[in-house]
Amino acid sequence: MRTRALIRLAVVLSVAGMTTATFAASQADYKAAYGKAEAAAKQAVKMKTGWTTTDKELKAAKKAAATGKYDEAVKLADHAKALAEASIAQAKEQAKIWPEAVIR
Amino acid sequence: MLRKVFIALAIIVGTAQPLLAGNMKVDPKADFKAFREYFTKKFPNLQLNDFVNGPYSMDVGLRKQWISIEQFPPYEFAVDKGKEMMSKPFKNGKTLADCFSNKGVGIRQNYPYFDKKTGEVVTLELAVNQCLKKNGEKTLNYKKDDMAAVTAYMAFTSRGKNMDIKIPDDPRALAAYNKGEEYFYTRRGQFNFSCASCHVQLAGKHLRTEVLAPALGILNAMPIYRSNWGGMGTISRRFTSCNTQVRADALKPQDELYRDVEYYLSYMGNGLPIVGPGSRP
Repeated sequence: MRTRALIRLAVVLSVAGMTTATFAASQADYKAAYGKAEAAAKQAVKMKTGWTTTDKELKAAKKAAATGKYDEAVKLADHAKALAEASIAQAKEQAKIWPEAVIR
Repeated sequence: MLRKVFIALAIIVGTAQPLLAGNMKVDPKADFKAFREYFTKKFPNLQLNDFVNGPYSMDVGLRKQWISIEQFPPYEFAVDKGKEMMSKPFKNGKTLADCFSNKGVGIRQNYPYFDKKTGEVVTLELAVNQCLKKNGEKTLNYKKDDMAAVTAYMAFTSRGKNMDIKIPDDPRALAAYNKGEEYFYTRRGQFNFSCASCHVQLAGKHLRTEVLAPALGILNAMPIYRSNWGGMGTISRRFTSCNTQVRADALKPQDELYRDVEYYLSYMGNGLPIVGPGSRP
């Protein structure tokens, strides 16, 4: 009885483990992540505050997705989005504080 | 009585300077004085006119190399080519020289200027391409080659003259100057550097293998032959490459912001000699 319960528990845990291991990003996940990153990057470019590294990450994300590596592609797209958002935050902060740096 | 109050208010508002964020006035003359004092205090042993030599005024070893390079200046070919281009007839018979006062000789120190008609800053590079476009000719790449050659020749003919940038009493000119000042002091790129980070705070220090030029007079030697580039480059080339070096997206050459920062920096170099074209490491 106890043995059967243990076996059942082992089966449940291994199924859960397999489920976790096979939950990978899909093409749809990549497209969603890339879309958000691209929108943020475009906003940064519009504000003339884009970073060169944002573009690099977007290109890397596209390249990874093209070879079916969606996990990697989503990570890169998310990183690109973070870079774009950081560049926008930088511009907004600098717009307020640049006068403090001026030689007077 | 009320009429007098209105008149007084109108006078006050009409003469008010454009205000910055935080109610600071745009005051190029005060900025110029403070800028000059900052650098002359920071480098008390430097002759004022020597600031235009950039890193060569900061480093003895580099200066020795520069003096020997100047015996066979690497920009000489560009100057010769530029002279040729100025007088080469367009398809319509006119020349590039015809677009400029005094045929483009001895006028470089007046650029950039504020064009009251368009309300924008006009740089020398922009003026060259405007001339070509107006005469139905193909425009030049702003960053190097023929543009560098033409502006090298024009700079060469202005050697001995001092930078002489005017900021007319026009709120749009002051706004352009202010935008240029803002650009200069605004941090950008993933490295979070402003122009001032290198050319004010770190002037005279090393950044990797380079000695950083002080911002005072930094455009007086342009365009330059840069060993790092293996060729000539214009102000446009330097601005765009500086942006990418700090991991900021470069703007299009001659973007309004670039023209404004050139206006600001050139004004800060007023009274210092034109020594372009120059050579740099």
